Amino acid sequence: MSWILSLPLIIPFATAIAAFALRDRAAGRWISVAGSAMLLGTAALLMARAMRHGVIAAQMGGWPAPFGITLVADLLSAAMVGITAIIALAVSIYALADIGGRLERLGYHALFNLLIGGVNGAFLTGDLFNLYVWFEVMLIASFGLLILGGRKEQIDGGVKYVTLNLISTVLFLSGIGLLYGMTGTLNMADLSRAVETVENHGLLSVVAMMFMVAFGVKAALFPLFFWLPAAYHTPAFSVSAVFAGLLTKVGVYALIRMFTLVFDHDTGLTHTILLWVAGLTMITGVLGAAAQSDIRKILSFHIVSQIGYMVLGLALLSPLALAGAVFYLIHHIAVKANLFLIAGVAQRLTGHTELARIGGLYKSAPLLAVLFLIPAFSLAGFPPLSGFWAKYILVKAALDIEGWLIAGLALLVGLLTIYSMTKIWAQAFWAPHPEGIAPALSRIAPGARAALLLPVAGLAGLTVLIGLMPQPLLALAEAAAAQLLDPTPYVAAVLGGAP
Amino acid sequence: MNSVILKAGTKYLVGLLLLVSVFMLLRGHNAPGGGFIGGLLGATGFVLYAIACGTAQARAALRLAPRTIAAAGLGVALASGAIAALAGEAFFTGQWLFLGAGETGKGLPISSVLLFDIGVYLVVFGAILTLVFALEEET
Repeated sequence: MSWILSLPLIIPFATAIAAFALRDRAAGRWISVAGSAMLLGTAALLMARAMRHGVIAAQMGGWPAPFGITLVADLLSAAMVGITAIIALAVSIYALADIGGRLERLGYHALFNLLIGGVNGAFLTGDLFNLYVWFEVMLIASFGLLILGGRKEQIDGGVKYVTLNLISTVLFLSGIGLLYGMTGTLNMADLSRAVETVENHGLLSVVAMMFMVAFGVKAALFPLFFWLPAAYHTPAFSVSAVFAGLLTKVGVYALIRMFTLVFDHDTGLTHTILLWVAGLTMITGVLGAAAQSDIRKILSFHIVSQIGYMVLGLALLSPLALAGAVFYLIHHIAVKANLFLIAGVAQRLTGHTELARIGGLYKSAPLLAVLFLIPAFSLAGFPPLSGFWAKYILVKAALDIEGWLIAGLALLVGLLTIYSMTKIWAQAFWAPHPEGIAPALSRIAPGARAALLLPVAGLAGLTVLIGLMPQPLLALAEAAAAQLLDPTPYVAAVLGGAP
Repeated sequence: MNSVILKAGTKYLVGLLLLVSVFMLLRGHNAPGGGFIGGLLGATGFVLYAIACGTAQARAALRLAPRTIAAAGLGVALASGAIAALAGEAFFTGQWLFLGAGETGKGLPISSVLLFDIGVYLVVFGAILTLVFALEEET
């Protein structure tokens, strides 16, 4: 039982070492693909186990909880590891054509796999300090990826990214220290029991706010999101796709985990703040996007806006709302990573991502146009795509508890999302290219074309599949939400005792 | 930096620092010390050498690229965790071998924990030197 939980960490790290050793050869990039495929297989196995046995836990090094480091997988963790593996595989195939020899020799594949390992670690760990370590692993790997190649705007974005994330890390670490001082434990399951005995509720709320700000920076919540649009449009497209898909979602995951398992003593305070933050995040993100004219910048601001929806699900804290948040997380990771991958193909064909300088894609590359329409409409929430169900569940959850204002806001933001997507559509796809180039897909060599379009088509297929058959994912999300709202099985799985 | 005193002092200090770093690494098992601090001390030795005699000489003395050392260290650490699989135990469970254990004593204990510490040593050593060499060469 224990190895199925360790393998999602061992595989990316072993892949990273092998890819580093072979970074001068073509084999290096295939190792990345093979590692991601193995990870996907393991993640599927983990998912199957988690569905059959409920929450599964393993003690690393055989040290019993709460003294050792525990790895835990409930349905949410298993699902997040699963979608991470899907994105890892898609991006590593895309990278076959996208990442040139220079970045490979600098160690792109090693850093990429370290990042995936860090993300998986954050999803699986059951120990708060260990979560901090995984955040650091992610930060180091992502900073490396962000500045790989060393162009001026990359360094500029990278410095902002690291500075704000370091502040978040310091807050996180201080919060950990205070929490340890109050409870004497850092095992999350143990904390869930220990915080109930804390008498100083004021201090506990302060610590909760520190965690909220720390994870809020990671998740790019209002008003802490500035690093994201400053950094995400600069690196290689494979890098920004994996960032857009996974990094902020780790912050959201940490928020969901901590504010259901540990900090549920004063939901009137914490979750009301989260509700306001969610609303403001949604609206500022989408308005920020409206002001941009570069595809990647538009998409970056939309990440911020969409994060608001997920946090809205957490803030409402009803079974349906949490299920909506989980559903939204999974749908959004696939859609957002895909949009960045498509932006990369568009840039290859037309030579730029600045909307004013490109065009003509609809006429010359209709296949790409269709592939763009699917995630773009899904992002905006058109039926019958995955985004429609995600928004539908959240709006229904808001209406159920008579949150008219926030439900209306969620719908309005959906409408404004269409505006941005229409802007990209009209400029990049419908308008003719300003320099008269016909950006047909045949401009890319057949091998590279397959490597670029296969993951795009695969992720678009996933979006359509979720859209047409939302029931299995919804059932999974509802089961995951039920586990989040009743931590007893989680605590029992980690600490033992009667289930 | 061109200083005769520094160069002459470095000759003795580098060896001493490397020796202390290994001592720290081995001592760390049951007392303060360990792979992290040992790796830092070891890296200090080469940093001193690089300051006194130039990074080119330091790189030549190191023979391997520091990044390769760090990657190898990560591999060693990962392997030390995976050894537990042979015994059918959880990842990173310490595995022990007592060399020459008899009725009189428990022998010389060799463990996968030490192997992990060696991995940490190499990662820290390699990572610090990668950074310092890069910074030294920039100026």
